[in-house]
Amino acid sequence: MKDFKRITLLCGHYGSGKTNVAVNMALMLKKQRDNVAIADLDIVNPYFRTKDSSKEFENCGIRLIASSFANSNVDIPALPQDMYAITDDKALSVIIDVGGDDRGALALGRLAPQIVEENDYEMLMVINCYRPLTRDALSTIEVMREIEYAGHIKFTGLVNNSNLGVMTTPDDVISSLSYADEVSKLSNLPVVCTTVEKSLYNDLSDKIENLLPLSLQARPV
Amino acid sequence: MADKVLMKGNEAIAEAAILAGCRHYFGYPITPQTEIAAYMAKKMPKIGGCFLQAESEIAAINMVYGVASTGKRVMTSSSSPGISLKGEGLSYMAGSDLPALVVNVQRGGPGLGGIQPSQSDYFQATKGGAHGDFHMIVLAPASVQEMAELTVKGFELADKYRMTSMILADGTMGQMMEPVELDFDVKERPATPWATTGTKMEREHNIVNSLSLVAEELERLNFERYERYKAVEENEAMYEEFMTEDADIIVAAFGIASRVSKNAIVEARKQGIKAGLIRPITLWPFPKAPFEKAAKTAKAFISVELSMGQMIEDVKLATGCKVPVTLCNRAGGMIPSPEQVLEAIIEADKLGGAK
Repeated sequence: MKDFKRITLLCGHYGSGKTNVAVNMALMLKKQRDNVAIADLDIVNPYFRTKDSSKEFENCGIRLIASSFANSNVDIPALPQDMYAITDDKALSVIIDVGGDDRGALALGRLAPQIVEENDYEMLMVINCYRPLTRDALSTIEVMREIEYAGHIKFTGLVNNSNLGVMTTPDDVISSLSYADEVSKLSNLPVVCTTVEKSLYNDLSDKIENLLPLSLQARPV
Repeated sequence: MADKVLMKGNEAIAEAAILAGCRHYFGYPITPQTEIAAYMAKKMPKIGGCFLQAESEIAAINMVYGVASTGKRVMTSSSSPGISLKGEGLSYMAGSDLPALVVNVQRGGPGLGGIQPSQSDYFQATKGGAHGDFHMIVLAPASVQEMAELTVKGFELADKYRMTSMILADGTMGQMMEPVELDFDVKERPATPWATTGTKMEREHNIVNSLSLVAEELERLNFERYERYKAVEENEAMYEEFMTEDADIIVAAFGIASRVSKNAIVEARKQGIKAGLIRPITLWPFPKAPFEKAAKTAKAFISVELSMGQMIEDVKLATGCKVPVTLCNRAGGMIPSPEQVLEAIIEADKLGGAK
């Protein structure tokens, strides 16, 4: 990823790997720019979220915009109080981790008009053909339309994050390419990148265009 | 497309239930099991099934009672505090001999507790779960694949013995994602001549009821039910053994704790300690046989649990207290680390004398 816009939004079906992609993109962006933030707008699932990586962000100077109540005793579905910095502070480059599905995208409604007006954003749909409810292009398009409707903002590109967790083989990634192409054709949107866990990167980097290596967030045994 | 899908444990339960022919789901959302309901809400309307978000857990379990009475496969799911609310219904279903599947994706307690994983509902699940003499068949998956497989198994056992089957998982099992293959055979359901499906003027009417005011009659029903429970104990205990053949130290653990323990056991073997694992897959009936056998040769047992020590009582009973049984635990939503289990294995190895 070279040409980051000021705001990069990551949306998708829940469990598609949005948070992991968002965390990795924020770390990449920080290498290119100084004033970087990651915003956790996921108010749907309190189990895995951006705030889990807060130490890592602190260490490399990335601002975390997240509800101060996340992972606390008053963990209600609350948006961060400094959320408007995303649209007000034009010097900031932001990665936004949006909640899963249309319900997660509802939280975007408040910001979407300003983001669209400023028009310096990329709205990315994270797709994974190995997830049970987005196994083909048509069902994926259905989820995309639901998200756009709820979030009041249109997608500009796709991130093919098709994977089977730690069991992913290079072949699994390769066989996901035709799916990503089909989603791309049907939606008329480019596949901005295909993502793989970094240990698979060398096997695949000469076979796949715009391949992006990811580190995984901590996972249980 | 691909044969394998990447699923959350909760989704695997929902999809497997649908494959097992379950077309009725009633529930009320609670972390960390809400994905079961969310998946059912998306899928059931597309396949002519019924998803209904009830007004409470109590309402949901009584809807399960209703559908079970008609002989249909039916389920509900919740997490610890919600399961407590369902307690009355579970007892009524046992008293009415109704088959159903109930899922408990446990979180830390007691009370409202937290949302992180726990195994502290072991007593509640295996020792009845509500008032009266009764048991549920309790299944403890340790992978997303098993979340799916044991869901199907749970329905089959429930039908076979006219009992409630419970999937006793934890927050980790519910939330973790792993590849799953969903091409298993579902056995044909046994006939349900007891179901309330209308007499069509061709038979006596069936009554599904747990009220029984004549003491002699109620006693007879209890004895008959326990004959069935005995058959379950004799025929349905399931477990996995891992490196137990020559083991001096036996770790007992289920669910997520068994995965942590396997890592620790492999490490202990590298350090020259012969450790092994017995993983109960059914928690009721508790698989006594492998423990009885291992107690003849092992020096010590360790119960690794995400609770203050509940299964340890069954381990002590099954081993007849012949050798020391120690506890290695975390509570309140925390998970023991492989290092902690390894430490417990090293300590237990010092504890037991030579055999």
